[in-house]
Amino acid sequence: MTATDPYATTRDTTEGKVFTVTGQDWDSVVAGLDEEPEERVVVNMGPQHPSTHGVLRLILELDGESVTEARCGIGYLHTGIEKNMEFRSWVQGVTFVTRMDYLAPFHNEVAYCLAVERLLGIEDQIPEKANVMRVLLMELNRISSHLVCIATGGMEIGALTVMTIGFREREKTLDLFELITGLRMNHAFIRPGGVAQDLPPGALDKIREYITWMNKHLKEYAELCNANPIFKHRLDNVGYLDLAGCMALGISGPTVRSTGYAMDLRKSQPYCGYETYDFDVPTWDSSDSYGRFRVRLQEMHESLKIVEQCADRLEKMDGDPVMVADKKIGWPSQLAVGADGMGNSLDHIKHIMGESMEALIHHFKLVTEGFRVPAGQAYVAIESPRGELGAHVVSDGGTKPFRVHFRDPSFANLQAMPIMCEGGQVADVIVAVASLDPVMGGVDR
Amino acid sequence: MSDTQPENLPATPSAGDGGTPEVIDQREGMFGVQGTGDTSGFGGLRRQVLLPGSTPKPYGSWFDGATDRLEGLVAEGSIEKVVVDHGELTLHITRENLVEVCKHLRDDEALRFEFCSGVSGVHYPHETGRELHAVYHFLSITHNRRIRLEVSAPDGDPHIPSIVSVYPANDWHERETWDFFGIVFDGHPALTRIQMPDDWPGHPQRKDYPLGGIDVEYKGTVIPPPDTRRSYN
Repeated sequence: MTATDPYATTRDTTEGKVFTVTGQDWDSVVAGLDEEPEERVVVNMGPQHPSTHGVLRLILELDGESVTEARCGIGYLHTGIEKNMEFRSWVQGVTFVTRMDYLAPFHNEVAYCLAVERLLGIEDQIPEKANVMRVLLMELNRISSHLVCIATGGMEIGALTVMTIGFREREKTLDLFELITGLRMNHAFIRPGGVAQDLPPGALDKIREYITWMNKHLKEYAELCNANPIFKHRLDNVGYLDLAGCMALGISGPTVRSTGYAMDLRKSQPYCGYETYDFDVPTWDSSDSYGRFRVRLQEMHESLKIVEQCADRLEKMDGDPVMVADKKIGWPSQLAVGADGMGNSLDHIKHIMGESMEALIHHFKLVTEGFRVPAGQAYVAIESPRGELGAHVVSDGGTKPFRVHFRDPSFANLQAMPIMCEGGQVADVIVAVASLDPVMGGVDR
Repeated sequence: MSDTQPENLPATPSAGDGGTPEVIDQREGMFGVQGTGDTSGFGGLRRQVLLPGSTPKPYGSWFDGATDRLEGLVAEGSIEKVVVDHGELTLHITRENLVEVCKHLRDDEALRFEFCSGVSGVHYPHETGRELHAVYHFLSITHNRRIRLEVSAPDGDPHIPSIVSVYPANDWHERETWDFFGIVFDGHPALTRIQMPDDWPGHPQRKDYPLGGIDVEYKGTVIPPPDTRRSYN
């Protein structure tokens, strides 16, 4: 590249010389620095950089190869989801929250729905089958989310096979999501009061196939990485953060568990019936990126155990309700696949148009107005793949949320980036950020 | 039609296990249309917006012990009111005493709320003198409990002390609340915008800030943006 490249220019500012480099033109930086011998370089990495996990911007102050100061710039994916929800009905809110942390959509939906259900006072009335389906989907989602974390984290350090097999397994998980909810992402499947649809025919067989597949292939990650000297050298003692640091900075999820402390809301404050499942909370004691990798790897096995238990339970629940019995809350219509695609089920149309005036009224009121939620506020926290995901929901008694705020674990965890990276090498910044697994859709909302 | 008789008002909605509810707003009509434009017949409908009010003692569960303990540690009058609703404990704290209360919440061994889940803002435009609320959530890992602190500030003087010195975890959360609600957290090390661009005017999640949006034409008809659509109120 020459100095005439319009996209890679050099200019002087009050802060010093600014270089725009696009790759393969580092000579211009080196040549430019020779003229003004300054050791300190401030590198702006991102927001469009393949190894910053989406639109995360890292501002690194470098002294040679060492990072002396590191800061995050976020907000590039802010979409105003919390504000938008104040203008839609309570049920429509699910459609928004599912898009926040796009790698863990079911966790967003469950946190929101549990908070709304607490305000409605129907926490005890959620059908058992809906709870089991929620747990099933959340645990499948935990597997797919951890797979992306491990896959992209591997790709960023050059372990491309980890990436390809990671996305292969994730694809299998998304196929299950597609079968159960109709969509691979952004499902809006979990609704206040239950879930949108019953399991489709044949879903349990597919889940069994999936469990067999995963039991066979999850081992490959351990075989590829666990004792791989290159992999270990890149991850060992990188991004160190101990338990005291985690507590002070409000860090949760695999990062805390990699310090040896088994902090998991599924165990300490169970929701959706987690207390009835048999699973362990894996920990590691190295407080570094390698520990976080091992914790995630082990968690996928534990999640698979829970998925298996869910499948066993669902087998005995054929035909059970999946939505709360209260007709003033439960969305009335069941969807069905017709000649022209997915739509309202003809049985339901027949019921409301020809058989029951009450059903028609409920349908009309729920679709046009929605339900009202008693005034008050609730905070529900669940264990998402990244840590404590909290939904603070405020109602003024209307048909729309008054205020919804999400305490997203990616947002809180990213605060640990400077302490993990400062004093280390530039290449270790990538590993440290990848071990936090931030999802910018959740950070910025 | 216009005068509101108590017997014409709906029964007080159940405020969970809370005490006397507080009226924060009054809603009129049904479909968001005011005056003669409302031909629906629902124009005379009056409904109060009630939030759960102060709960009388005993609160039940561990709430009594923790509240008494905190009351004994902090300056008199720090705790404005205690609300127990939906099994969650909310302490309304005067803003002058917030940092002291947080210190005791973290350090006292009977309280020990080690984990701060951040702060979120709520804007109640009709609560004159207490429009802006900052709502903090804490988790005690030692005792496996959650608590909520609520601090209010008037719109004209939107200052609340920062608790970053006690809970460093609150750093970005306070920046976010400043960004979206304009609450100034005094003592924060670097209170700058975090989500919106640095030169953004206004604080988007306040109730008086419009949602924005444009008309969308779909199949020959025009659909207005969500905040200008006719809606239930």
